[in-house]
Amino acid sequence: MKKTTAILLTLAAIASSLLTGCGGEDETIKVGALFAVTGGASFLGAPEARTADMLVEEINADGGVDGKMIELIIKDTAANPEKAISFAKQLIEEDKVVAIIGPSTSGETMQIKELCESYKTPLISCAAAEAIVDPVAKYVFKTPQKDSYVANWVFTTMKEMGIKNIGIVGANTGFGNAGLGQLEKYAPDYGINIIAKETYDKAATDLTAVLTKLKAKDVEAVVNWSIVPAQSIVPKNMKQLGMDVPLFQSHGFGNIKYAEAAGAAAEGIIFPAGQLLVAEKLPASHPQKEITTAYKTQYESKFNEPVSGFGGYAYDSIMLIVKAIEKTGSIERNDIRDGLESISGYAGASGVFNMSASDHNGLDMSSIEMLTVENGEFTLYK
Amino acid sequence: MLKNRMKQYTPVAILAAAILLIQLITLISGTGYLLTQLTMSAWYVLAAVGLCMVMGYAGQISMGQAGFFAIGGYTTAVLSTIDFTDRLSGGLPRLLDSMHMLITRETIYGDTMTYLTPWASLIAAILIAAAAALIVGIPVLKLKGHYLAMATMGFGIIINRVVLGTKAFGEADGITNVPPFKVLPFFEVSGDFNIRIGNYYFAWLIVIIAMVLLINLINSRSGRALKALHGSEEAADAMGVNTARTKVIIFMIGAVFAAAAGFFMTHYNGGIGPSESSVVKSVRYVSIVAVGGMANIWGTLMMGMVLNFLSLRGVFGHFDDAVFGIILVLIMMFMPDGFIRKAVFYDIRNFVNRKIIKRGDK
Amino acid sequence: MTFDQVLQYIFSGITVGSIYAFVAIGYNIIYNTTGIINFAQGEFVMLGGMIAYTFSGFMALLPSVIIAVLLTAAVGGVIENVFIRRMRRTSVLGMIVITVGLSILIREFSLYIWDEQIRALPFFTGSEISSVEIIGARISPQVLWVLAVTAVLTVALYIFLKFTLTGQAMRACSENPKAALLCGIRTDRMISLSFMVSAGIGALGGCVVSPLTQTHYAMGSDLAVKGFTVAILGGLGNPLSAVAAGLLLGLIESFSISVLPMAYKDVISILILLIILVAKPSGLFGSRAAAALKDY
Repeated sequence: MKKTTAILLTLAAIASSLLTGCGGEDETIKVGALFAVTGGASFLGAPEARTADMLVEEINADGGVDGKMIELIIKDTAANPEKAISFAKQLIEEDKVVAIIGPSTSGETMQIKELCESYKTPLISCAAAEAIVDPVAKYVFKTPQKDSYVANWVFTTMKEMGIKNIGIVGANTGFGNAGLGQLEKYAPDYGINIIAKETYDKAATDLTAVLTKLKAKDVEAVVNWSIVPAQSIVPKNMKQLGMDVPLFQSHGFGNIKYAEAAGAAAEGIIFPAGQLLVAEKLPASHPQKEITTAYKTQYESKFNEPVSGFGGYAYDSIMLIVKAIEKTGSIERNDIRDGLESISGYAGASGVFNMSASDHNGLDMSSIEMLTVENGEFTLYK
Repeated sequence: MLKNRMKQYTPVAILAAAILLIQLITLISGTGYLLTQLTMSAWYVLAAVGLCMVMGYAGQISMGQAGFFAIGGYTTAVLSTIDFTDRLSGGLPRLLDSMHMLITRETIYGDTMTYLTPWASLIAAILIAAAAALIVGIPVLKLKGHYLAMATMGFGIIINRVVLGTKAFGEADGITNVPPFKVLPFFEVSGDFNIRIGNYYFAWLIVIIAMVLLINLINSRSGRALKALHGSEEAADAMGVNTARTKVIIFMIGAVFAAAAGFFMTHYNGGIGPSESSVVKSVRYVSIVAVGGMANIWGTLMMGMVLNFLSLRGVFGHFDDAVFGIILVLIMMFMPDGFIRKAVFYDIRNFVNRKIIKRGDK
Repeated sequence: MTFDQVLQYIFSGITVGSIYAFVAIGYNIIYNTTGIINFAQGEFVMLGGMIAYTFSGFMALLPSVIIAVLLTAAVGGVIENVFIRRMRRTSVLGMIVITVGLSILIREFSLYIWDEQIRALPFFTGSEISSVEIIGARISPQVLWVLAVTAVLTVALYIFLKFTLTGQAMRACSENPKAALLCGIRTDRMISLSFMVSAGIGALGGCVVSPLTQTHYAMGSDLAVKGFTVAILGGLGNPLSAVAAGLLLGLIESFSISVLPMAYKDVISILILLIILVAKPSGLFGSRAAAALKDY
């Protein structure tokens, strides 16, 4: 009989929690956010969440959008797809958000792409994979530059340097896999041969064995497509092995801390990234000069840490929603979607967005620059 | 005897009534969306009670339950996302078609997709999980204590690394766009909001069936053998109980429960990712069993329901993993017999008697 | 494969293997005095690196490493005094569960103290780009530091366990705690000491490898698994053979990369673990008879 009491007690507790909850209606713009603030992708999600919070606070302090305040609901998915799905359903149905920004990773975004499409909720992903916007789903957008642009920039630079045979390495994350795929896809267009390809565990701490494999094949350049910690380990290990060939990294390297972690070994690394990282070195006439400098200064003074490209993705996501609402004057999901699709010429943190029905990313090749590390600082590569 | 039998099923009846009650409450209060997380919890509960049999009743620690969950989920995710549309003339697709094992549906992009019926992948999932449990269980269950814990965890890590490193399993991105599972002509397992109530009842119905199976198992002859096994393996052996065989069978049952849970969850969510196979997830199942009272399938069920519900609703925020860590530490320090057990209720009653009723007397 | 490459793989394997050995030694010391496998062992390596990094902002490298070792040892002591001591009479299952729980808590705490960024201590000598050539293979000077510290530690541990009174008392606790108690050895103190020593050793390892592998709040659990594999490979309860086993596993992993994709590296080491567990639970260097007497 005691079991019976036990069951009844627990259920009573659940029941009472069910009864409370539903809140009233008010005139705020509810925006949902799914970020991997903790867990394996926290280096993406944490700056994204900080940026989104900061920006929304600022917008509201300035009187909101068309007089309405933004209410940002951030959910921490810890990069778990099942949580992303559960939270997305909550945001769509209970919180009735006008749009969702995030998730931080490609895997999570793909898991909720169909969901957002079915329930007609605009989703502005902060993840990089091409598959998010190809094929185009009516309600799904993304702010980071496409991997293919990044790959093309890398190869363009290599061609100028006269490099023919390269080795590519990457981590076994969604980011790494997608990147290696793009590299393999575009290499033939530039007459470049990939003579070695390796993936390693994302938490790998010593990569000399992998690089030895590449060294033995006499590669003329190495491309590493990964995130922390490997992207600081690869340059160190290459120097240890005495490999003097150029090292290219992905746009995931876009945080000066990663260069610091690699110390002197980071010098000369070439990588593609958005203009945000070199905001103060941009010419005054550059369309992104104003916004990137403003965001960078604000973020760095508020959080006392260097800005990264990732935070910029969240920045643009929020700003795109704001632009869409300003444009259509409505906070209906469908109107916001239409508004998003019609945005053109908006200079954001990651580039100039020109959305269209067939392009839900809206950035072009010019959203990327080749950067390099010089005296411990990011500068434009020439 | 009959009365005893009836008594065993009282909790089942209460569970069924509670499931009904919860749905009615959400209906009245207009919070029907809560059923989404309650349905997901049901599937996790199924995997947790399976582990409870292994840990509580057979006394074998298993830190690889998420591996079996992933086997179930990934099996169906792979099999039911193969598109046969352009290959219908081939030998195998024709054979499958003639057996009515192919289903056609339209994707959100307007393409048609022809895929294998999930019934086939359900059978495959269960068979693969049972076979894996058999192959792993026979040698590994001979081990004890730390060695057993590490060996089962090792199994889980292997599954996790294989999933992460293999193209067919979607590597780090997992597998998406898994079609719904049409159980009956008018009902399917999927995340569609319109059939959420049906899915809620279906999930808990499966859990109830599982509980009835387990009650019968616990009270059967082999169940008594199990009890002996948990007490002392040597004694059970001496009494003529085939301990090695019993352990492997229970391990397989636990694995099949987890695989079935993974199968249904994958269709409900429309996809699966590598996080379902992680060690952290396995530890989570262990903590649910521990807090439920180890050898207490009802305690496991309740804690599984409550903790997963809260976790999936994001109540724990950034502290989701930390909460489960705290649970493990606190339970082991202060209530090694679990939170859901008789003594706790006696304590509560005594507390109420002492503090509240006495105060009333003054 | 040329000779140079073989040598390169060997050095790479030894570097990684040394890290595993640091964790495995810690497992063994605690196991010896208590019969507990402390699944939070990997977290000590992380704590060592993190604390040393934090202090190296204010002071020279050596004192910050010393502080890191001492503080982590203190954490080990606290864990034993606050959690493990109260648990001593419970089942093996309970011990596994609580140490797993503790490792989660330490990890989550570290996330809040040090955030999600990776950190690296400066190189002890030279810098990221310096490299030493040894018979055709090129390695970072830090690798030599790792090897030297591992060697010194191994010898020191051997002397400590074999020739000092405390070391002998610790060994006595492992062989027969009741008899040890009767002989006037304060087993409680020995157990606390063993947690502190193994935490300190883990932290030292974390500091030495930090320049090479960097330090990240979530690095502990992977190391715990590898360290346990090594501890079993060498025979549980034998800190010295753990060093040999660590180097062996490091070499196996390193050479496996030359033939297989690296993504499956962990699968190989775990398969080795499973095979050893099933076929020869006493470990490669342990005796079967001695193992049969132990209660895992």
